Amino acid sequence: MTTPLLAIDGITKTYPGVVANSDVSFDIGRGEIHALLGENGAGKSTLVKAIYGLVRPDSGAMRWQGRPYAPAAPHEARAAGVAMVFQHFSLFDALDVAENVALGMDNPPPLRRLAAQIRTVSRDYGLPLDPGQLVGDLSAGQRQRVEIIRCLLQDPQLLIMDEPTSVLTPQEVEILFRTLRQLRAEGRSILYISHKLEEIRGLCDKATVLRLGKVVGRCDPRQKTARELAEMMVGTKLHQPERPAHAPGEVLLEVKALSLRSPSPFGTSLKEVSVAVHAGEILGIGGVAGNGQDELLAALSGELRAPPGAVSVRGESVGHMGPNVRRALGLLCAPEERLGHAAAPEMSLTENALLTGAWRQKLVNRGFIDWTRARGFAEAVIRRFDVRTPGPHVVARALSGGNLQKFVIGREILQRPEVLVVNQPTWGVDAAAAAAIRQALMDLAEGGAAVVVISQDLDELLEIADSFAALNAGRLTAKRPVRGLTLDQVGLMLGGADEAGDAAA
Amino acid sequence: MIDLSSINPVVLAAALMVAATPILLAAIGELVVEKAGVLNLGVEGMMITGAVTGFAVAVMTRDPYLGLLAAAFGGAAISLLFALLTQVMMANQVASGLALTLFGLGFSALLGQGFVGVSPPRTAKLDFGFLSDLPILGPILFRHDPMVYVSLALVAGVWYFLNYTRGGRILRAVGENHEAAHALGYRVRRVRILAIAFGGACAGLGGAYLSLIRVPQWTEGMTAGAGWIALALVVFSSWRPWRVVLGAYLFGGIIVLQLNLQAAGFRIPVEYLAMSPYLVTILVLVIMSSGRARKTLAAPGSLGRPFHATG
Repeated sequence: MTTPLLAIDGITKTYPGVVANSDVSFDIGRGEIHALLGENGAGKSTLVKAIYGLVRPDSGAMRWQGRPYAPAAPHEARAAGVAMVFQHFSLFDALDVAENVALGMDNPPPLRRLAAQIRTVSRDYGLPLDPGQLVGDLSAGQRQRVEIIRCLLQDPQLLIMDEPTSVLTPQEVEILFRTLRQLRAEGRSILYISHKLEEIRGLCDKATVLRLGKVVGRCDPRQKTARELAEMMVGTKLHQPERPAHAPGEVLLEVKALSLRSPSPFGTSLKEVSVAVHAGEILGIGGVAGNGQDELLAALSGELRAPPGAVSVRGESVGHMGPNVRRALGLLCAPEERLGHAAAPEMSLTENALLTGAWRQKLVNRGFIDWTRARGFAEAVIRRFDVRTPGPHVVARALSGGNLQKFVIGREILQRPEVLVVNQPTWGVDAAAAAAIRQALMDLAEGGAAVVVISQDLDELLEIADSFAALNAGRLTAKRPVRGLTLDQVGLMLGGADEAGDAAA
Repeated sequence: MIDLSSINPVVLAAALMVAATPILLAAIGELVVEKAGVLNLGVEGMMITGAVTGFAVAVMTRDPYLGLLAAAFGGAAISLLFALLTQVMMANQVASGLALTLFGLGFSALLGQGFVGVSPPRTAKLDFGFLSDLPILGPILFRHDPMVYVSLALVAGVWYFLNYTRGGRILRAVGENHEAAHALGYRVRRVRILAIAFGGACAGLGGAYLSLIRVPQWTEGMTAGAGWIALALVVFSSWRPWRVVLGAYLFGGIIVLQLNLQAAGFRIPVEYLAMSPYLVTILVLVIMSSGRARKTLAAPGSLGRPFHATG
């Protein structure tokens, strides 16, 4: 029996009030892609941070190639041969690629030599990248390449990847997997964190499943179905969102030739976006982050103004109107960023409920706030959407991501919108909460509303949407029915090859 | 009658460099602080603290250079108060900076009570031989006190540090995205405290330049808004060291011109000229926040945001 590359033995870490890891043990062998599975809050991040030296476990030990290993800081972990690609990229927008790479190294060579090394590595591993480009101008896939190359330049034995595919197109995922398999063939190990089960089944050799900080299962993911893995992760039977077929109704939301300049220097301007959404229809809009999603949501919600006819609700032009007028007409929105955009972090749930619900729910009476009604509305959202919180007086910041997401989506749904637009409704939300949110969106469409779901999670869109369109560099492809759409076609749409696909069909 | 002929452009240009030096020193320090992601509005307070400590030490030791050194230490010391509040105790940066200014103004008045009306030791002007004897260029460029050249060398040093050294890269990284810098294992708090201390030292030097060389005398509140101009200058320069020089000499020019026009009996109220640095800064801010120019003129990403290290 050979010694494993990294042996983790009984790691425990508690934070005030939470046990993040409890007696976690597993081994990572050489040349192995090892999956770490678990819902949000299962303790994956804490465990990985302990391996990378960002967190000190309270008890337990690790052995690296048979020798005791207890990194006190990331540079000690890097010196041992551990490298990490972060979920939220640890990159600096205003610096160029080479400078970003240099910041992740302990003894970087002069920038000119480093740039040459970056070119070599990016060619060897099929990850094209220009060292002189500003990171702020790169796509999510390219940003991830910067992180990976930064790691590879240090010749790591273990590469930790935290949810690497959540922002990539299917084609980019393919490139990434080819690189990861090449690394495995070189005898390097990879610790792969994800909750995308199909990927894990296709890529990983072993899997360790965490739930509430404890190891609840080990398996060979290639021998399991995605459903079995999901149930190991959640610990109960999964409820699949479902909805009967239906006929589309009248057009509720129409966008006509909407062109809009992005207010942000790193944003994407919208170009001639046109689409119509019918009553009872869920339109899924896919696309890699930064292709105009935020701008589209802002244009629909009224945060960005457009020519009057560019956006209309039930035939009424609202393009030039602000959010409150649109809300009165039944067009409600839930933006992506939960803290700071969808909800004010330091305000209570009651106050947050009031912020968008004031008009439709009549929470304001002749200029005065009706606190009783506002609290009642917040409580209704909490009850109906199973938001885990002590009560409506709690500030939004104190809620976990999934619970706050249920609250901000629920707040809009309970106002009975005619048209609901959501951006990344289940981003960073655990499987059970995500299923609940998806079901609520489908129920809403069932009740005759038009729903627009902007998301980077293709599985989600293909699961709940009736029709699909893709955003690419601010342009929206023509929508197509989801039924009969293949993953290849979706990939081409995401790449902006709408017309080419039509010509071939 | 306006007598513009009484304004000598050579003297004006020479005076401009002297007038610009205090704000240049303070602004280059604040630039480093802001590049590290910290907004320290206490520049005025640190300047006046430097002005009084520098003045007191110079008078007591009869050595202006010891005075300047003490001013740098004084400015750095009081800036560490700000660092303690904002980096260790996580207080709000804007409020702490304003408090630092008010505290510095009061504290310096207390320290300077025995020094009103005293004259400090003189600081000699440098003589560059034939360079100083050049017509026009000589008096404008080569007949100043050493601090004028030190301030320019400091700008060059900061420019080189920020763009060409690893330390500078780390400092910019901390200011751009402190969470990412922390994740990579950099000590965000330590970098920021060092930057704050450097900013304090520069502001202190700027203040002492006023009290020891430019005026030279100690009066209460003698910085008279120079710290605010320095703050505006950092924004005006869009966080680029050489543009700070440009801005400082522009604003220095306005200050000198205003004095000369007053002497020449010009009819426009001088308040208009006194307002102009701020107006120009507001104008620059408007230009910066419109259109595509923003990408290249953007402020450090984490500027003014407090950093909480989480597990």
